[in-house]
Amino acid sequence: MRLFEYEAREVVKRAGIPVTDYGFTTDPAEAAQIAQRIGGPTVIKSQVLSGGRMKAGGVKFADTPEQAEAYAKDILALEIGGHTPRGVLVDPKAEVEQEYYAGVVWDGTRKQPVMIFSPVGGIDIEQVAEEQPEKVGRRHFSNILPLSDFQAKEVIASTGVTGSALNRLVPIVTRLAKLFVDNDMVLAEINPLGRLADGSFVALDAHMDMENEARGRHRKLLADLGVGEEETRQAREATPFELAGEEVDATDHRGVAGNVTEFDGNLGLVIGAGGGSLTLFDAVRAHGGDPANYCEIGGNPSVAKACGLAKLVLGKPGVDKIAVMMSIVSNTRVDIVARGVIKACVELGYDPAEKIAIFRIPGAWEEEGFKILEKYGVDYADRSVSLNEAARRAVEKIQGAPA
Amino acid sequence: MRADGMFIAVEVDDQAAADTALARKLTEACPVDIYAQRDDGALQIVEQNLDECVLCRLCLDASPDGAVKVIKLYDDGAVL
Repeated sequence: MRLFEYEAREVVKRAGIPVTDYGFTTDPAEAAQIAQRIGGPTVIKSQVLSGGRMKAGGVKFADTPEQAEAYAKDILALEIGGHTPRGVLVDPKAEVEQEYYAGVVWDGTRKQPVMIFSPVGGIDIEQVAEEQPEKVGRRHFSNILPLSDFQAKEVIASTGVTGSALNRLVPIVTRLAKLFVDNDMVLAEINPLGRLADGSFVALDAHMDMENEARGRHRKLLADLGVGEEETRQAREATPFELAGEEVDATDHRGVAGNVTEFDGNLGLVIGAGGGSLTLFDAVRAHGGDPANYCEIGGNPSVAKACGLAKLVLGKPGVDKIAVMMSIVSNTRVDIVARGVIKACVELGYDPAEKIAIFRIPGAWEEEGFKILEKYGVDYADRSVSLNEAARRAVEKIQGAPA
Repeated sequence: MRADGMFIAVEVDDQAAADTALARKLTEACPVDIYAQRDDGALQIVEQNLDECVLCRLCLDASPDGAVKVIKLYDDGAVL
């Protein structure tokens, strides 16, 4: 879940990293008051969850409070990348001698955070890595033990930073690492991190992305930041279909049957297990299939929950059939899911044998599940049939070719 | 008494169904709330939960032999 810049700055500030004396507002008149308080030139920045703010005219430099008010008014009315600004951030225009970059990202392959530091800030770190790789320092660190001063120093020094700057940067980098772990972030980035004329450092911009599943662990912080529980902060707003999927999942604590993403194909997917959803989705696409949705099911949902999800997918306009598939042998009971999806078909007035293109869930209680599927004439596959083959059969069936 | 879902039916003999102590036991034992007690303490089968039956046999273990039957309607009426 991405945080707006003004929220990310607050997180940085709470971590003990110096920030400028900024202010956030949704009111142009208040922007003028903040600029007055700051005194001197200010930067008015649009608060949108979108890149390219500068190019789009979402960042402007004001010399007076009157100018700050006028720019704030313009920026608040300016849509960037389809996003309406949440407000504006009024920031002192800092006299920076050099811009640095400090960031922590989650390395999904290593399953560890990685600290990244560069004395070349203010631009994308990817660009620096490409053009001046010697100016980018990296180091993985523990999820449990804090990043030590020594480790931080190694990362910073590897980029050629020495002396007073090195010593002053160490606590900032270690605090950023702590902030990342403590707040379950997947990205915590300060860019630019400015060095002022007196040698001190200040965070001039920050980007934070919190692990969505960790929201419950950070209710207080999110409440303090004013993040509403209903805010998804996704790249686009959830569709009614996707919201309905969340409702299905919330009906019962047992298992998962939700996390639906809408597409416009004709093959509805009820898929899951151990990361299987993505694999199965790709397998369907690889065989020329046109998925109507992505979703996740597993962990032994109730019959009612599996039924609710299947009903939602079956009821989506344009869906001709559904494929019920899981990738691996899991503890999810085959008979329970079979009951759910067949019940959905019957209650919607469909013949399960017609509507379910393929049922392939290798897992617990499969013999019982197969009895149910046979009773209703549903085409099913056991664990000897690969998920790839099952996807192919589903696609062939929906395209009218012989299975 | 007997109630049928789409996949599962439950049959409880009338004497057992009237036994309030057994009704309480069944209500506590079933993990998916197929059994409840009426206001007078007698047993009630919650029809909307019948298909949630996980075939755990806890209700059979909690009751005298033959008093409760769990029937798999998808398996030619096989009794659990």
